[in-house]
Amino acid sequence: MNKLSAYERLELIRNKNRPTVRDYIPQIFDDFFEMHGDRLYGDDGAIIGGIGRLGDRPVTVLAQVKGRNIDENKKSNFSMPHPEGYRKALRLAKQAEKFNRPVICLIDTPGAFCGVEAEARGQGEAIARNLAEFMLLRTPVISIVLGEGGSGGALALGVCDELAMLENALYSVISPRGFANILWKDASREEEACQIVKCTAEDLMGFGVAETIIPEPVGGAHNDLYKISENIKEFLLEKTEEKCQKDIDVLLKERYTKFRKIGEFEESENIAN
Amino acid sequence: MLEDLFKVVKTRFNGIEGKNNDDARKGNIPEDLLFKCPRCLQTVFSEEFSALNKVCPNCNYHGRLTAKERLKLTIDKGSFIEYDKDMLSKNPIDFPGYPEKQAKLRSETNLKDAIITGEATIRGIKTVLGIMDSRYMMASMGSVVGEKLTRAIETATERKLPIIIFCASGGARMQEGIISLMQMAKTSGAIAKHSEQGLFYLTVLTDPTTGGVTASFASLGDVIIAEPKVVIGFAGRRVIEGTIRQRLPDYFQSAEFMLEKGFVDMIVERKRMRSTLAHLLKLHGYTDENRYNN
Repeated sequence: MNKLSAYERLELIRNKNRPTVRDYIPQIFDDFFEMHGDRLYGDDGAIIGGIGRLGDRPVTVLAQVKGRNIDENKKSNFSMPHPEGYRKALRLAKQAEKFNRPVICLIDTPGAFCGVEAEARGQGEAIARNLAEFMLLRTPVISIVLGEGGSGGALALGVCDELAMLENALYSVISPRGFANILWKDASREEEACQIVKCTAEDLMGFGVAETIIPEPVGGAHNDLYKISENIKEFLLEKTEEKCQKDIDVLLKERYTKFRKIGEFEESENIAN
Repeated sequence: MLEDLFKVVKTRFNGIEGKNNDDARKGNIPEDLLFKCPRCLQTVFSEEFSALNKVCPNCNYHGRLTAKERLKLTIDKGSFIEYDKDMLSKNPIDFPGYPEKQAKLRSETNLKDAIITGEATIRGIKTVLGIMDSRYMMASMGSVVGEKLTRAIETATERKLPIIIFCASGGARMQEGIISLMQMAKTSGAIAKHSEQGLFYLTVLTDPTTGGVTASFASLGDVIIAEPKVVIGFAGRRVIEGTIRQRLPDYFQSAEFMLEKGFVDMIVERKRMRSTLAHLLKLHGYTDENRYNN
């Protein structure tokens, strides 16, 4: 299959028929049991959290929710979490650690919500806390970017032992639109920005940010929900088994190193990385 | 004569304000003569402002210091040992104009990137330090900021030293794409490991602390201090104003707002910063002797 351009992929992941976590969860996990709330403020509809069975193994699932229609999007705030969403995710991740369950993060967000309430409740602190806590979480963490991976709002569920991208998913420091806006003060030049920002699955493999690309059915994930779910499930079964076999201290060291080595700089004449 | 000079500047300044209020708010006037406070919009002579260590005499807004100025106000004279001072960033996503922009800034600011790191003593107490400098691409975090900070934090962890970071940033450095985003995880991870060893981490939030830096190491201090009237937040104010279609009060995303909401432990004036830092280091068990033990 011919590789699509970054912009073609952006259009593809915006396709309203692209599967969301509400489609994937019943296909991939058995007996999914949802839990609500961060025990501090409220429940955020932008992130679903719960326990399910992956094959024989109970796992904790944290998933960002794109709505399939306007009603669903109202509830899930177009998948832009508030601080309580990230705090719910952290609460359930800690719970997973307690019960030795691997954590599966399904990332699909344009970014953390930017609003007055989100600021007042500490959006920055909530994301920062997740980055630090997930780095030390004593249970395997596997993340998959399903569609959009937008900035810190995605990274808050992205500190993991293994990051996979669906073939057409994009993951970037800023949305192509925001990028165009800053670069040329013209948000409509999204297509050009998309190429420059280097956010495709292949780009991220090249940077050492992602480890795996999960192939999508011809034409994109929406063409065959069954097939794409099978591909995701196969990946998850293999990786959870692999990570669960590892000594937890070794796993944590590898997790730290995975992020530790990302950076492109030079020192004097010596190229350091 | 001085009067005349003042008038010229004033007229120019009024012109700016008339045309574009946003620019005026940033204090966009000849820097060498007058300083316009971005909070109270009053002007003072730059000389006076500098003599006050860049604190507005009208409203107590604590202005932006260069890393060098900050160092001078904070540490014992002559105690600074700089780490990794020759590190330069590359251009990982081949961002157009990025190397040129950096070359220009390097010659203008005499900095290699937006942070200096190292170790020093504050009233005799040894600590690792990171100081961000907003003149360099608004102290955005790319590979160099991320790597230098992570190395400094790791050094502190290995040598069982505290670390103090003076934060100021526009956020992750867009010009380095996803690599910048990953620096948030890298620095936060290093802090988590420092914390795991029972070591003390203090952040001082200075003007402005925003975006990916707020959403990583800046918010993770055991103690978080802010300077008066500085901007602290995650999302850009204009982004939020665009969404809600109304202007937000100045108080929103200020140090005082963050204190009220519970995300800052204390607001400390610049003139009391050094003694406050020394006091907090002592309360966490670090003493003069650290210099000899390490």
